[in-house]
Amino acid sequence: MATEILMPALSPTMEEGTLAKWLVKEGDTVTSGDIIAEIETDKATMEFEAVDDGVIGKLLVAAGTEGVKVNAPIAVLVSEGEDVPADAPKSETAPAPAALNGEEGKIAAPASAAPAPEMPKADTTPDWPEGTAMKTQTVREALRDAMAEEMRTSDEVFVMGEEVAEYQGAYKITQGLLDEFGARRVIDTPITEHGFAGIGVGAAFGGLRPIVEFMTFNFAMQAIDHIINSAAKTLYMSGGQMGCPIVFRGPNGAAARVGAQHSQCYAAWYAQIPGLKVVMPYSAADAKGLLKTAIRDPNPVIFLENEILYGRSFDVPDLEDFTIPFGKAKIWREGSDVTIVSFGIGMTYALEAAERLAKDGISAEVLDLRTIRPMDTDAILASVRKTNRLVTVEEGFPQGSVGNYITSVVMQQAFDYLDAPVINLCGKDVPMPYAANLEKLALVTTDEVVEAVHKVTYR
Amino acid sequence: MAARKSTAKPNVSAEDLLSYYRDMLLIRRFEEKAGQLYGMGLIGGFCHLYIGQEAVVVGLEAAAKEGDKRITSYRDHGHMLACGMDPKGVMAELTGREGGYSKGKGGSMHMFSKEKHFYGGHGIVGAQVPLGAGLAFSDKYKGNDNVTFTYFGDGAANQGQVYETYNMAMLWDLPVVFVIENNKYAMGTSVQRATKSPSLWERGAAYGIAGEEVDGMDVLAVKAAGEKAVAHCRAGKGPYILEVMTYRYRGHSMSDPAKYRTRDEVQKMRTERDAIEHVRDLLVTGKHATEDDLKTIDKDIKAIVNEAAEFSKESPEPALEELWTDIYA
Repeated sequence: MATEILMPALSPTMEEGTLAKWLVKEGDTVTSGDIIAEIETDKATMEFEAVDDGVIGKLLVAAGTEGVKVNAPIAVLVSEGEDVPADAPKSETAPAPAALNGEEGKIAAPASAAPAPEMPKADTTPDWPEGTAMKTQTVREALRDAMAEEMRTSDEVFVMGEEVAEYQGAYKITQGLLDEFGARRVIDTPITEHGFAGIGVGAAFGGLRPIVEFMTFNFAMQAIDHIINSAAKTLYMSGGQMGCPIVFRGPNGAAARVGAQHSQCYAAWYAQIPGLKVVMPYSAADAKGLLKTAIRDPNPVIFLENEILYGRSFDVPDLEDFTIPFGKAKIWREGSDVTIVSFGIGMTYALEAAERLAKDGISAEVLDLRTIRPMDTDAILASVRKTNRLVTVEEGFPQGSVGNYITSVVMQQAFDYLDAPVINLCGKDVPMPYAANLEKLALVTTDEVVEAVHKVTYR
Repeated sequence: MAARKSTAKPNVSAEDLLSYYRDMLLIRRFEEKAGQLYGMGLIGGFCHLYIGQEAVVVGLEAAAKEGDKRITSYRDHGHMLACGMDPKGVMAELTGREGGYSKGKGGSMHMFSKEKHFYGGHGIVGAQVPLGAGLAFSDKYKGNDNVTFTYFGDGAANQGQVYETYNMAMLWDLPVVFVIENNKYAMGTSVQRATKSPSLWERGAAYGIAGEEVDGMDVLAVKAAGEKAVAHCRAGKGPYILEVMTYRYRGHSMSDPAKYRTRDEVQKMRTERDAIEHVRDLLVTGKHATEDDLKTIDKDIKAIVNEAAEFSKESPEPALEELWTDIYA
């Protein structure tokens, strides 16, 4: 049976090329793998191999022909003793290549095309039952308890990282875990972030639930390829087969006087990645409830802590088991004049500012996002529709900040409710300086929050 | 440290020899077909063919048992076929169709099968090395005797994460066989132009990891070395390195004109060292199979590959809703 040999595509972007040279002539016998022609693309000259066995019945395109479209027949291959069929193509103009990359599949409707949405409502159900007894705990203790409780429940959960076991944690978050769970489940690693992040992800593919501690998220930049390319994308690339239940946790953002390489906030970076969940707690109760949720979650979770908050004490529900769901913001303070949205240590400034503003007669509603991804945009929108003014507060860099994203959501879904431009307060657009006075200047402050609120309320 | 070069060859039955022949031929014909479909525009993007290297995976799969895991780079079609994944599902993934192993969302470089313990298919050079050690970690943690075959190329062997992984794999006695598929070229850069190390497997010595060089064009030599490596891992002695000397006949990817080596060099390997021809000779000279038997096998393989190609053309493109699925579990 005669088969047409078609002009091959030889690169991801090739649409046409030059048939530079035939290495066979009509009547030649070829076997699979023989080089039959040389083809010039825009990048290089490539050899073109026969894929089937047979005899070259007819060459349809002369050597030296330029602009031969991909998929155009260039020769006819026949079996031994067979004639070239009469209806074999004669010209070198070819039908258009099969349309395999249909345009219709490419674009998803942008969020802005949605019809006027219903009024969003914040989920204000309490995180724990009314009347629950509370105890005072530091964020540090709350994080440790969360890990210990989940490790008691499931043998699949283990902790690995630098100094997590014998040293009891560089920041003492894993204190006592080695004694209780042993070296099989509390594992000291060498200083090798890229390597142990990859091993953690592999262990999660293998059915375990690793908690990978980074001594700080600044060091996780060495490991970011595994966090994003290996952990976050594999479920999608495997068509849903290969999940990665892993928690990457550790302190994030500025501590005090540790300079540019140890002071970056990564909330906005990781929040950009589909496939990741990103958590940044402020209080001890949230740290505990959210970390337990993170460990149980079947997806990779980035859990951003803060060194300055580790030692702060908060009320934590005295319950055997409680979790805080992802994607649910917490309203710390109700108000009517302005909405302040923050997360993590930014909440310190937001709450202090609200206190001071109250004395000036300005009533601020303060929202703690708690999870950056998924983000509780309903809670933000519901609050902005009430107060008509918005200030966001975070420690990260300004360009491409979490606040920028919140602003775009509010612009698209509550534009008519805004009475003033949104202000995004961020860390300054500079590497973190070491000098005490400059560092103070580089970070967001309570004064700046107060000033921004005065601006958006015109008071 | 083990002997530099494994020379022991296992006694194999005619039946085993025939099955290696079939498995290697399936990979070669499948890859030739993939190259053809790429030329027709049915396969897009990057497509890295395994032609020439077939004896590596077939030899090592012959040393594996049920439960063992495997993970590799983006030159992954051969590994998937060798561990028993369905050629139809693999080819349909290459064409980006619903019937592909990843529903068309992964492509040539990103395929997985939990059922066959195949953990990808990874597009970042070297990333599969710590991932493979992590898989081995999970088996050791669970207390079973499974081994993970972690394949990477001579190019990946210069990535830092490989050595981070060697260090931890040895420190924790992880049951992982590191298989360096040395096909002599990292894209267009020959091994000699990338390192002055005389050999890649010997780098394991810095971490106390045993290993050896293996003739990757001889499936029986690969199998013998694989059995030794696997026995080492299962005995709880930690990782083992096999540097398997092989050769790829085609370019790095479909768009590689391969000007960094001569046609003679390729032709010499094809005619003198071809792994499939080698087994064919063993079968015929050992009177384990007649020419007619081999023709029948050729025909069967062609039919399997054609069926896979047809399936990959007929399977529909994924539904548009698939854009938004499988992002979170």
